[in-house]
Amino acid sequence: MKVTLKVWRQKNAKAAGEFKTYTSPELNPNMSFLEMLDVLNEELSNRGEEPVAFDHDCREGICGTCALVINGTPHGPHKGVTTCQTYMRSFKDGDQLIIEPWRAGPFPIIKDLVCDRKSFDRIQQAGGFITVRTGSAPDANSIPVPKGNSDLAMDAAQCIGCGACVAACKNASAMLFVAAKVSHLGLMPQGQPERYRRVKAMVEKMDTEGFGACTVTGSCEAVCPKEISLDFIARLNRDYAVSLLKGEPKRLKGGGAG
Amino acid sequence: MATLNSNIPSGPLSQKWENHKFSSKLINPANKRKYKIIVVGAGLAGSSTSATLAELGYEVHNFVFHDSPRRAHSVAAQGGINAAKNYQNDGDSVHRLFYDTIKGGDYRAREANVHRLAEVSVNIIDQCAAQGVPFAREYGGLLDNRSFGGAQVSRTFYARGQTGQQLLLGAYSALNKMIGAGGVISHTHSEMLDLVVVNGHAKGIIVRDLQTGGIHRHSADAIVLATGGYGNVFNLSTYARGSNVTASWRAYKRGATFSNPCYTQIHPTCIPVSGEYQSKLTLMSESLRNDGRIWVPKRKEDAKKAPADIAESDRDYYLERMYSAFGNLAPRDVASRAAKTVCDEGRGIGSTGLGVYLDFAESIRRLGEDKVRERYGNLFSMYHEITNENAYTSPMRIYPAVHYTMGGLWVDYNLMSNLPGLFVLGEANFSDHGANRLGASALMQGLSDGYFVLPNTIATYLSTVKTGGRPGTEIGEFKEAEENVQGFIRRATSGKGSRTPDSFHKQLGKLMWEHCGMARNKAGLEKGISLISDLREEYRTNLRVLGDAENWNQQLEKAARVGDFIELGELMCRDALMREESCGGHFREEYQYTAADSEVQQGIVNVGDVKRRDDQFAFVAAWEFPESADKAPILNKEPLVYEEVKMGTRSYK
Amino acid sequence: MNLLLRLWRSSLGKKYVMAFTGIALFGFVIGHLVGNLQVFGNPDLINTYAHFLKSKPGLIWGARIGLLLMVSLHFAAAVTLTLANRAARPIPYAGGSAPGSTWKSRHAMVSGLVILAFVVYHLLHYTALVGGINGTGKDFSLLKTTLPGSNDVVPDVYAMMILGFKVWWVTAFYLIAQALLFLHLGHGLASMFQSLGLRNHTWWPRISAFARATSLVIFLGYASIPIAVLVGGMGSEYAQRALAQTSVNEAK
Repeated sequence: MKVTLKVWRQKNAKAAGEFKTYTSPELNPNMSFLEMLDVLNEELSNRGEEPVAFDHDCREGICGTCALVINGTPHGPHKGVTTCQTYMRSFKDGDQLIIEPWRAGPFPIIKDLVCDRKSFDRIQQAGGFITVRTGSAPDANSIPVPKGNSDLAMDAAQCIGCGACVAACKNASAMLFVAAKVSHLGLMPQGQPERYRRVKAMVEKMDTEGFGACTVTGSCEAVCPKEISLDFIARLNRDYAVSLLKGEPKRLKGGGAG
Repeated sequence: MATLNSNIPSGPLSQKWENHKFSSKLINPANKRKYKIIVVGAGLAGSSTSATLAELGYEVHNFVFHDSPRRAHSVAAQGGINAAKNYQNDGDSVHRLFYDTIKGGDYRAREANVHRLAEVSVNIIDQCAAQGVPFAREYGGLLDNRSFGGAQVSRTFYARGQTGQQLLLGAYSALNKMIGAGGVISHTHSEMLDLVVVNGHAKGIIVRDLQTGGIHRHSADAIVLATGGYGNVFNLSTYARGSNVTASWRAYKRGATFSNPCYTQIHPTCIPVSGEYQSKLTLMSESLRNDGRIWVPKRKEDAKKAPADIAESDRDYYLERMYSAFGNLAPRDVASRAAKTVCDEGRGIGSTGLGVYLDFAESIRRLGEDKVRERYGNLFSMYHEITNENAYTSPMRIYPAVHYTMGGLWVDYNLMSNLPGLFVLGEANFSDHGANRLGASALMQGLSDGYFVLPNTIATYLSTVKTGGRPGTEIGEFKEAEENVQGFIRRATSGKGSRTPDSFHKQLGKLMWEHCGMARNKAGLEKGISLISDLREEYRTNLRVLGDAENWNQQLEKAARVGDFIELGELMCRDALMREESCGGHFREEYQYTAADSEVQQGIVNVGDVKRRDDQFAFVAAWEFPESADKAPILNKEPLVYEEVKMGTRSYK
Repeated sequence: MNLLLRLWRSSLGKKYVMAFTGIALFGFVIGHLVGNLQVFGNPDLINTYAHFLKSKPGLIWGARIGLLLMVSLHFAAAVTLTLANRAARPIPYAGGSAPGSTWKSRHAMVSGLVILAFVVYHLLHYTALVGGINGTGKDFSLLKTTLPGSNDVVPDVYAMMILGFKVWWVTAFYLIAQALLFLHLGHGLASMFQSLGLRNHTWWPRISAFARATSLVIFLGYASIPIAVLVGGMGSEYAQRALAQTSVNEAK
């Protein structure tokens, strides 16, 4: 099979980009989408054209690096998989495929199809953790976690930080990502002491990074390779409301004699 | 010759670590912040150690080539992490975990390190659970366990099929906390391309900013490499495409010794290769072997038949037949080699004949499809995505693939290499797995090194370093190292050759698989060395890198990594050639049990099992880069002295 | 920081504002519908009701100011959020956008703006009784009637409604606005629960069904009036009489 590829090419963050059209070499339907791009790149290189830059790493759907919008859908046509787990058998001979990078203000383009997602890291640095100094933890079985909570936390914790939710959302909102992180920790007993501090810090960082707001269109859930549920966004909304209502503790003056 | 002092503490095995912690020098809290430590890599070992060192008060700089520390390939580990918690009351203990690991490594690991690993394993689970890692739990809310290859107890903790990601997210969150608090400065999209050695001590690194192409110098009081394994030397492997040996290799070329490079782990349960275009082999978690049965047809005429058309009596459940005590849970090296053996006999299945069946029919009958789906649903759907086949109705096709490298930079008990100031953690070092790694122990080692070992042992070195004595980056050694990097980039981007880095990588991979893969022999290895040497020459003269060095350039990144892989490949073959015995993942066809051996007659081992030669090869090989590149590398030996365990014949029958 | 300010500065906080003001406006839509449906009774029924409301200036002005505040907040939050949302996606996709979403969820801003325009028109039409815009050429403020059992001369709301909806384009605009309100509520009523965090996968199907059913009932309720007038000829005779009475009133 062969396909026509309309690929976004952009030299660097400052340069203007444009679409270039390529005809793929002969393909095997059992190739992964990224292997198809490997083959294209090998051919481009042999012609002396610079290969298409695209982000990828583990190629088994867990590192969250690959990030292509294929015909308007982040991670391509299949539900619950990443770009690297998309196979050419999902397309027909002669199809035209438009390949674009994630597009969002907080994800500036680095080159071609590669964007910079450090804004996700910064949100997590603001509060996406449970403070536990190495060596200070009690025996693991001294903190029982109801299986239901643990399973639900695991559902949220599956997030691979790929950013497809932002890419799909018409508002480039990071709510599903932040909700997954906040819910994972907030559902565990270990996460309770910092629960409301965490949600406030992460939401505020999310806003200052320039992500849009949630208008409940559901695009994020539809493209999430780990099928993370909108339920978690409701949970985030709830926790944030509680954190606002709790307010800041009153600061007392002075200390003791010590 | 390099000086190799393993610095194993004295005293009984089970007290060495405690004694060592007590007798080691400490650094007072006010002085800690005056020491700057560079950590390269942010997988389990790199993230956990960066966070912990920063908590202790050191100034930590973390470097990763990824856009985020969370992308490191630890993320992909599926099955689980071992710990000697004995929560199952099934006879587990620190000593048993230690013993299983030493035996699993075919008596080629350092005893004291492995015992420490087993001791620390229990703290890891506590630490991770406190961080909120959502381990699988029982209805009572306590932690669940499962059994894993090479062990007869259930000591593996897991989080669905993605334990690696969950543990990494835990370590990453600890790292994030310290980045947010200012204790760690994070340098992402920054690839280490050289190590700077000043007066024999590792004092800095040269880094390329992958976004801008800028080459930067960084100095520090100590350098920690946690840069993972080198399995991508085979091109096709279960590693991430970006995994590479560059940081370790550049350190080797600056004087750090490289140990046991030929010890590679071939994992038995991966999806077979389907075509020339293939870029990656996907692992199907070893946990599948708990409920799946491995078989091939008894007769090679049946190999092309559909599995449903092969009668039960015509099937050979060869692992159950050969290793009755462990059956389908035999260790990875044993299971992989058995698969190769049956395929070599022409009984392999699938279009290439390089495959065996992993069959769930019996489990589905016994447990019901729902239960199987609950346990392995994500793996079955992954298998379906890749192969378009339904493993609920017909057996999975699997074949061994390169998965892990036990070799790595040589380190002493303190995890310091022979270059003072250079520490190596996790898969990048050689220390704990000997010649074969058991399932669910890589995560354990990464976190043990990162959270608990290095943060203690680094003080033994730093206490000898004067505060404020760190060299400036303007000195000659930094200049020379930067020039070395710049020189490579200039040569690569101005080369007039015609071949891409990828094409070299593919060729190297095939060559390595053929000559230094699952079975090795003298003639093949010698041929491999000569072919690699030709490939290296062609790489030097015929490489083509498009694009410029001032922007994001993945081809340039690859060119550097592939160049290092080619050089490493040669060293691996040399190591395999030198090691005239079989042990764990290293199988020399000349050294295997035959029907004439008494162990076979006594029923301890099978014909074809690996045959160690402890009298001559009970040592760690530590290869040293020669004075000039045209000379052969120098072999140093660290004898393996076993104080408590007796080196025995490894039996899983 | 002040709680309200913090609420307004946060994207989640603004969504809470959207949800709470939305609930208030939803209440109004229901109340107004109940009032309007009285048109299907005797003309005196709705005229009495209208007169009752007018005779309680405290109540009606309180409600008007409250509603104005709700609409303003709902509008201001929507506009500022939309601007921020557009800024977050500076370059659109060439291959299509917003996979897996419904039209109504993507276009709540558009439907909201049309509804707002309609509300302004509707107020001028029936509340301020601006003569030139009702399309009949008549001045509705002249439509008067007396309620049974009293001598009070009150506005003839019934006649206004009948005459108003006799104009096809008024009815068309009304129906378009109601259709958009149907979509707006279909999205908004469910999203309210989401924004306030009051959902999970057990309740979501029920919440969605509630949103769909309620918005449909509201649409049918509102749309039944102009259709009954325009198609069913409801109240024609009464309106003709009232109109004739206008010229009498005018002559006086």
